[in-house]
Amino acid sequence: MVESLLEKVPAAVDRDAEEDELIDGVIAGDAAHAERLVRTHIGWMRAVAFRLLRDEGLADDCVQEALLNAFQKIGAFERRSRLKTWLHRITVNQALMKLRAMKRLNEQPIDPLMPEFDENACRIEAPWPRLASTEEVVERESTRALVLSKIGELPDNYRIVLMLRDIEELETAEVAELLEISESNVKVRLHRARSALKKLLEPLLRGEVE
Amino acid sequence: MTDGRRTGPMRWMKGMMLKHMPLMITCAEFESFILAYLEDELPARERALFDLHLKICRECRDYLAAYRRTVEVGKKTFEEPAAPVPDAVPEDLIKAVLAARQT
Repeated sequence: MVESLLEKVPAAVDRDAEEDELIDGVIAGDAAHAERLVRTHIGWMRAVAFRLLRDEGLADDCVQEALLNAFQKIGAFERRSRLKTWLHRITVNQALMKLRAMKRLNEQPIDPLMPEFDENACRIEAPWPRLASTEEVVERESTRALVLSKIGELPDNYRIVLMLRDIEELETAEVAELLEISESNVKVRLHRARSALKKLLEPLLRGEVE
Repeated sequence: MTDGRRTGPMRWMKGMMLKHMPLMITCAEFESFILAYLEDELPARERALFDLHLKICRECRDYLAAYRRTVEVGKKTFEEPAAPVPDAVPEDLIKAVLAARQT
């Protein structure tokens, strides 16, 4: 599945001679090149895995498996994307396999966090005399930590769609293929995840959190 | 009607107007258009209906502003370099990957 995604990137990618040399060395089985690849990419790969799995131990396992997978498949890498893009997809796929194995992607309820409407389909929404700016929220470590913890409260099957679309910036079609769901289902889940997160962040965004 | 949670004649009239008048959509229909609107995928007619609803509905205006801010805040929070996993990669993890590669 993931191979088909990996090669969908447009062909017009500026090749980087240093990167080509690194890939050639790894394909040739050179240990120093393999170590360079690991040291160059493992940090951000681990961060991606942690964002999706929310557990350092699982993230470390995921990165290890993703890198071994990459070493096995690098001979088939057609270099139509940057190496980083290719490794990113492998890492995401590996993390999703872990979540799936743990049944963390199974359907979970999110209804209590959905917007409310009255019997005439009119929205029920208390006025917002104040809406905190993005800067106000992200400039403080304590409020950033609160945002991360609220994202963590979302059911995994919704959280993961929000993470893949809004944070990892994958296209709807890519997310649909990775999760084996329809594109319209990805859109529904993304909207519901964002709506739920809005509800969870309301006290913060209304300026009610010190 | 001022706190958005009360029911009353004004709210009922608004509901009837949005439901039955031409060129009006209900808040629930507005809700179903939000994602396509933000991704610029809404057809022209729906977009016009959406924009008109936005002009006349305080609740949906407030809701959409908070929804957009939520998305921005989420993105920016993860852009911070320290979030959410320590930068330093344990050396034993690197060694483990390299050792496993050779087996």
